[in-house]
Amino acid sequence: MSTMVSQRHGWTRGLETAAAWLLGLLWVLPLVYAIWTAFHPAEFSTRFVLSAPLTLDNFARAWEAAPFARYFLNTVILVTMVLVAQLVLVTLAAYAFARFEFPGRNVLFALVLVQLMIMPDVLIVENYRTMTTLGLKDTILAIALPYMASAFGIFLLRQTFKVVPRELDEAARVEGCTPLQVLWKVYVPLARPTYLAYALVSVSYHWNNFLWPLIITNSVESRPVTVGLQVFSATDQGLDWSVITAATLLSTAPLLIAFLLFQKQFVQSFMRAGIR
Amino acid sequence: MTRTTQWIYGWLLLLPAMALLVLFTHYPAVATLWQSFHSTPKGSRSAVFVGVENYEQLASDDVFWQALSNNWWYALGTIPLSIVIALLMAIWVNERIPGRGVLRLAYFTPTVLPMIAVANIWLFFYTPDYGLLEQFLGLFGARGHNWLGSKSTALPALMVVTVWKEAGFFMIFYLAALQSMSPHLAEAAAIEGASRWYFFRRVTFPLLMPTTLFVLVNAVINAFRLVDHIVVMTRGGPDNATALLLYYVYEIGFRFWDTAYAAALTVVLLAILGLVALAQFFFLERRVHYQ
Repeated sequence: MSTMVSQRHGWTRGLETAAAWLLGLLWVLPLVYAIWTAFHPAEFSTRFVLSAPLTLDNFARAWEAAPFARYFLNTVILVTMVLVAQLVLVTLAAYAFARFEFPGRNVLFALVLVQLMIMPDVLIVENYRTMTTLGLKDTILAIALPYMASAFGIFLLRQTFKVVPRELDEAARVEGCTPLQVLWKVYVPLARPTYLAYALVSVSYHWNNFLWPLIITNSVESRPVTVGLQVFSATDQGLDWSVITAATLLSTAPLLIAFLLFQKQFVQSFMRAGIR
Repeated sequence: MTRTTQWIYGWLLLLPAMALLVLFTHYPAVATLWQSFHSTPKGSRSAVFVGVENYEQLASDDVFWQALSNNWWYALGTIPLSIVIALLMAIWVNERIPGRGVLRLAYFTPTVLPMIAVANIWLFFYTPDYGLLEQFLGLFGARGHNWLGSKSTALPALMVVTVWKEAGFFMIFYLAALQSMSPHLAEAAAIEGASRWYFFRRVTFPLLMPTTLFVLVNAVINAFRLVDHIVVMTRGGPDNATALLLYYVYEIGFRFWDTAYAAALTVVLLAILGLVALAQFFFLERRVHYQ
């Protein structure tokens, strides 16, 4: 904006800045509240006095009351499994759509795009039946399987692959590369930013996913941390809010810390993933 | 490479992804339709063809109609509001506002939290008697309301959570679009003496149209796809006041284990999502220019 505008509208600017900050304050308030509650003894969970003693006791109690270590392990296995499978499947499919001519290509692409609208999240009843048939109920694999072929990923990567100059592709072929070697040596390295963007979106999506894991798992060995948190806070053990809030922060901490550390990459990745 | 090798490569590369898509998206969508015309198998009795019986049950099921209407109001209450807030946020953090980095972070943070954690935090926020909201209202002598426990306020209370969670996510897309806009436009407008509001109305907003539509479609899908907070905060209550369609599917399918009826309900959900897809395809894509 030019200085002319900002001078002429100095007072609206001030008002807008105030509004922006008020909204920002409103937006962090629930989180600040949760942090306050988690780090103070229960009797201070709703009393805001500066002299309230800080404590990690709530976290310790939450950690002891439920197998969070196992839940974390399950979630890490889950997001890794989903991501690795997605990266492989999505790369191959996007390469096919971007650079190969074959009958049925458009129909198949349309069939892929169907998943953008009808996500596995709403097909819970039938997917549960399928998992029962396959004997995979209550496994981490069962949580991951419906999400491994991702229409969003195929779409995103196809766009990226399409703008790779054909000359690079042809040069590699002249040197005797097979199509898979071309993919590995030319396309994949050039699409690195897209991969990073997609990976961040995927990891945060599956770290946070809840309903399907809730349905398909029922043991400590397979529950991800979101479901573990719900089981923990829903059981009526007379837990006070400070402990539940501590558990809540605990289960989001890895992602939240990663987000705060790599803020810029996160935001840019989400941006990149959103531009179509 | 000959044409046939091209074909074979194309198909083989696509095969693994396509197989999984068929197994977990296309097949279940079709199977849902199929199951919705059958009965729920009970014990040794297997499912039998019952025609439209499940749909007749659906038509006379008050809870279904309530869930549908809840979902409608939920969508109407959350989507426009989160889009407007997202747009405001994006415009603010795109400008040289003091503390821009911090603000951007504040707006975006709810997006990275799991809905289930968000729901837990807000559940406490809304707690009768000693929750933060009640304490705050108490300052004005207006306490004593059970926000999630009364029929008139439970759904709006959930909508607030959704808007809080989603606005920052949508902001990112607007921010991306704003940053790709040429700064010359604003400079030219300033020289011409256009007001900020005029510039927004006549230049920024029209240019953001593709983003708005993209966000809109995503918001609509989310309104029908995301019910995590319902599970945590209200379980559809009180008296079904917060039962959304997918939550009702979950309840019928996995708490009452009436899979055939759940299939019929899912068909309605799929039909709604299908309509959104068609609307996007026929109505929106033609008017919006993607690069």
